[in-house]
Amino acid sequence: MSASEEHSWTAAVRERAVAALPPEKLLSDRQPTYVASWIYVFGVLSLASLAVIIGSGTILALKGPGWWHFTGVGHFFNGTHLWAVELFFFFMIIHLWGKYWMAAWRGGRVGVWITGAVTFLVAIPCALTGYVSQQNFDAQWISTQAKDAMNAAGIGSFFNLLNFGQMYSYHVLLLPAAVVGIVIAHVLLVRKHGVVPPFTVPSTGDGADASTPAREEVSS
Amino acid sequence: MVVIDTVHRVPAMAAIINLNHHPSYVHWHFFQMSVSNIVVIALMLVVFVAAILVPFPSRRTSKGAS
Repeated sequence: MSASEEHSWTAAVRERAVAALPPEKLLSDRQPTYVASWIYVFGVLSLASLAVIIGSGTILALKGPGWWHFTGVGHFFNGTHLWAVELFFFFMIIHLWGKYWMAAWRGGRVGVWITGAVTFLVAIPCALTGYVSQQNFDAQWISTQAKDAMNAAGIGSFFNLLNFGQMYSYHVLLLPAAVVGIVIAHVLLVRKHGVVPPFTVPSTGDGADASTPAREEVSS
Repeated sequence: MVVIDTVHRVPAMAAIINLNHHPSYVHWHFFQMSVSNIVVIALMLVVFVAAILVPFPSRRTSKGAS
């Protein structure tokens, strides 16, 4: 086998991946000291909520509506799924506010910002299709009201809220897969570019170096 | 034949706040929002401010750490 044949596309992908995200960056165990603030915690809290959403949703899908409506354990997992979604949006919005005021798109982090924004936008229909997937009168009422909104917006032929099969497929497969996929891209981009540093403070001119944020690293 | 009444056999845990009534809304000129949504937004603002102001517990690291 010649050298050119050995350099296959898998090797090229591997080399590019390792160059973009070397292992010490991909699974870093140290972070800059400025990350030691509660405002930096809400990204990982959003991730934790998403994990609970996916886990509880998988169990609900396995057991079915007769279980989640009529048994105590089913009620528990139904409630867990709902409140994990509430917390996901709660944490994600605080994460968004924090990153907005940090201007987290600085330093070549536009992709990080865009993937975060798209995650938020895709998560909204992902959650809303859950309301029409409950299989109860509440879901019927919401679907009949929401289909008027879709029709008024001119997209009723693409999203038929009265088509339970379509809405359920969107809720348990297409939209969660999109959210998880974009979140993975978002986290990989954060690992690649690093957490955005705080704004620098103009020097006071008295010799004190107030312009450089703390760079000492701490274990994460 | 034993019939299990699965609807009434397992009582659902009641909510801390009685939710079995019409929702309350705040309506002021063009602004209209349910009280529950206002409470959630207020909570988010409180948590956001607390996240900035509350000191983060940190371990002391050696000065030579890089």
